[in-house]
Amino acid sequence: MGRFSPRSLLLGLAAPLGALAFAVLVCAVILGVTGHSPLDTVDAMVSAAQRPRTFVNSLNSATTYYLAAVAVAIGFKMKLFNIGVDGQYRLAAMLSAALAGATFMEGLPSFLRVALTVVAAMLVGAGWAGVAALLKVTRGVSEVISTIMLNAIATYLVSYLLNPARLAEDRPGSNNVGTRPIDGGGQVAGLEIPGSSSQLFGLVFLAALVGFGYWFVLARTRFGFELKATGLSESAAVASGVSVKKMVLVSMLLSGAVAGLVGMPQLLGSSYSYSLDFPPGIGFIGIAVALLGRNHPVGMALAALLWGFLDNSSNSLDVAGVPREIVGIMQGVIVLSVVVAYELVRRYRVRAEQRDVGTALGRTKTAEEASA
Amino acid sequence: MPTEPAAGGEPAPAVELSGITKRFPGVTANSDVNITVRAGTVHALVGENGAGKSTLMKILYGMQQPDEGQIRIGGVPTAFGSPADAIKAGIGMVHQHFMLADNLTVLENVVLGSEPRAGVRLDFRAARERIREISAAYSLNVDPDRVVDDLGVGERQRVEILKVLYRGARTLILDEPTAVLVPQEVDELFGNLRELKAEGLTIVFISHKLDEVLSVADDITVMRRGTTVASVSPREVTSRQLAELMVGSALPVPELRDSTVTDRPVLTVTGLTVTGADGRTVLDGLSFTIHAGEVLGIAGVEGNGQAELVEALMGIRTPTAGTVRLGGENITRASTRHRREAGIGYVPEDRHRQGVLLEATLWENRVLGHQTRRPSSRGALLDLKGAKADTERIVRDYDVRTPGIGVHASALSGGNQQKLIVGREMSADPVLLIASHPTRGVDVGAQAAIWEHIRRARAEHLAVLLISADLDELIGMSDTLAVILRGRLVADYDPSTVTPEQLGSAMTGAGRED
Repeated sequence: MGRFSPRSLLLGLAAPLGALAFAVLVCAVILGVTGHSPLDTVDAMVSAAQRPRTFVNSLNSATTYYLAAVAVAIGFKMKLFNIGVDGQYRLAAMLSAALAGATFMEGLPSFLRVALTVVAAMLVGAGWAGVAALLKVTRGVSEVISTIMLNAIATYLVSYLLNPARLAEDRPGSNNVGTRPIDGGGQVAGLEIPGSSSQLFGLVFLAALVGFGYWFVLARTRFGFELKATGLSESAAVASGVSVKKMVLVSMLLSGAVAGLVGMPQLLGSSYSYSLDFPPGIGFIGIAVALLGRNHPVGMALAALLWGFLDNSSNSLDVAGVPREIVGIMQGVIVLSVVVAYELVRRYRVRAEQRDVGTALGRTKTAEEASA
Repeated sequence: MPTEPAAGGEPAPAVELSGITKRFPGVTANSDVNITVRAGTVHALVGENGAGKSTLMKILYGMQQPDEGQIRIGGVPTAFGSPADAIKAGIGMVHQHFMLADNLTVLENVVLGSEPRAGVRLDFRAARERIREISAAYSLNVDPDRVVDDLGVGERQRVEILKVLYRGARTLILDEPTAVLVPQEVDELFGNLRELKAEGLTIVFISHKLDEVLSVADDITVMRRGTTVASVSPREVTSRQLAELMVGSALPVPELRDSTVTDRPVLTVTGLTVTGADGRTVLDGLSFTIHAGEVLGIAGVEGNGQAELVEALMGIRTPTAGTVRLGGENITRASTRHRREAGIGYVPEDRHRQGVLLEATLWENRVLGHQTRRPSSRGALLDLKGAKADTERIVRDYDVRTPGIGVHASALSGGNQQKLIVGREMSADPVLLIASHPTRGVDVGAQAAIWEHIRRARAEHLAVLLISADLDELIGMSDTLAVILRGRLVADYDPSTVTPEQLGSAMTGAGRED
């Protein structure tokens, strides 16, 4: 919300860049204290960034993180904390993987198969989030508590279902189990990037589409307006005719549906099966990315890219003899400091705006007027 | 002018503020404020909302530190770092909003924070004695063992005063003490103040109710736009002159011209009953009708069911019994959205809670409550262009002082936020306006403008439910007046003949004259 002016752009960038700089500083100190050269580390990261392979892998990770961030941000926009994105995407990925790999799907046209898989994932994600939404709307249960518990339940449900007796099969030659692999017709082809052995996820475009949809709904539709209004002041939203219960239900379902998409780029573009080693914890990365990107469609994209790059450069750090854990420290410091930085910037912005109004009206306001 | 506590002559002023200036970023709250409060007097500080009275008192009470200027207490230059310092110097503050724990007794509330100890034990007995002594000495009539929850508003205020005296205050600051009282309670309070004065205490009394100030104060200081503009004696000024000093110009008067009341009922409420969350009946069988072109004023002490009535009419609260009809339609169970679309405008009592989104732009606030209607939206999509153009119109027609419609509502003063709300609720041709305290906290100019807009809409057959704590506004702006007491409508009055005192009696249920 707000005007687009050089100042607002600058202020918008000040907090994340400041947090990033602060995190770099903290990491440099930690590296220095533990006897590693900060410069070598930067060097290793820079040379990693120049490798097309790191670039592609970063973009692939970012695709996944971005979807998770959007799922979280939908809730954040109305002060609803969907901590359950993690459980939602794992359950969705697992069940849709089982569906996509099922033999009866093999006769279907490729496009329909992919669409069915994606829709199934969204439905499962929405359904799992819907449990928390229903509990909140009918019984007043905090969504924070219920989604955390649903994450745990999802973990057990997935490991129960991921069993050769049920939806999974043994992987010959390893002790891994996974759903029946999706054959070529159910996969989404990746994009070849010159100089890189890995492919770019085809579903990177799905993430872009979701980002666009997120922006459009929030900025241009009545529903989006009501969602933001509810987040800014629930009591004012109620007085304006918004049914908060309905908003909680719908936004939670939407958040869950997007969470359902989180596993899709990986499932349909690279692993083709949900197995024990499917990446966990992405829901929590989504929270960090949404915080860093301030729930803004472009901001979250940049944040997701940064996160993806940091993750993928950690391999090169190992090679350079720098402990890769420094990346985790850096990510943690970024999240902590960006929260502080955003609050500082917000306060500054409010004061600056009041000053502007005062100047524009030819006199300064009294403090009581400003706070009245 | 050096003040020396000379023996025999005038004693040093209890409080002397000279050249006080306080700036906040972008805002000067006080500039060059000078006040001399003689010991043993009631000194009134008057000024409009936003004139800087509260900031000044926060400085005197140590909650804020001045950028410039000096504070002298009893002739001695002093600097307060915190309220604790002020209390030590014998200054006590009675806040406008009571700071009492409802579920504790008077005794426990009074000692809270300065608990009397005997060794490690709390010594309630000594404390109880002291409270009785203080209560008797100043005729405060406070029983230390009653639970605050059972006390009325006037009694709670006396507990607040006692709390301050208990901590040894010799100078009391009372911030708008009468805002929450009905006329009879005001008289009692003034009796207490005279008692305190007779015992040699000094009182600084903040108010914008001029008749009260004239009746109780020994000296009056007028503030306007952050500075002191005059020091007068109540014997030398009329309340009208005082008001014009406060405003710096002539005053508007709330009054309706010719009656525009028609016989077409717009809002018909029958037997409306609302039960609170605790099972208590907060509205008890209310019935009334508002016709097109009629303003129905509801008078009552805050907390007698006004808020519940408004919320029941807006569909925010579900009634347990009764019906609400708008025109011919039964809307008892209709959603808030449906009611708004059917033409109910709503100016809420607490604009920050229900009226505006502080962290949203003015045009987004224009959309709020109108998001399903033109010009704010078309179908499921927002009409940004239409909404912005209409916001420009409201800013122009309602004189909202703002550099543009893209600023956040939080950047505007309360009065300008209120004008935006009134402008918004008056757009889209409402048939009924529910206005709770529509001019609370706005300056005189904005007040006159809001009254004029209501009058004009009334002439075009708008029905208005007006709830206000300002009895002059109620009497001046209403075609019909009703009094609400403990969730019931207890009396009807003709606004052309009723006096504020009669209303006050009916509001407390004290002297019912029927």
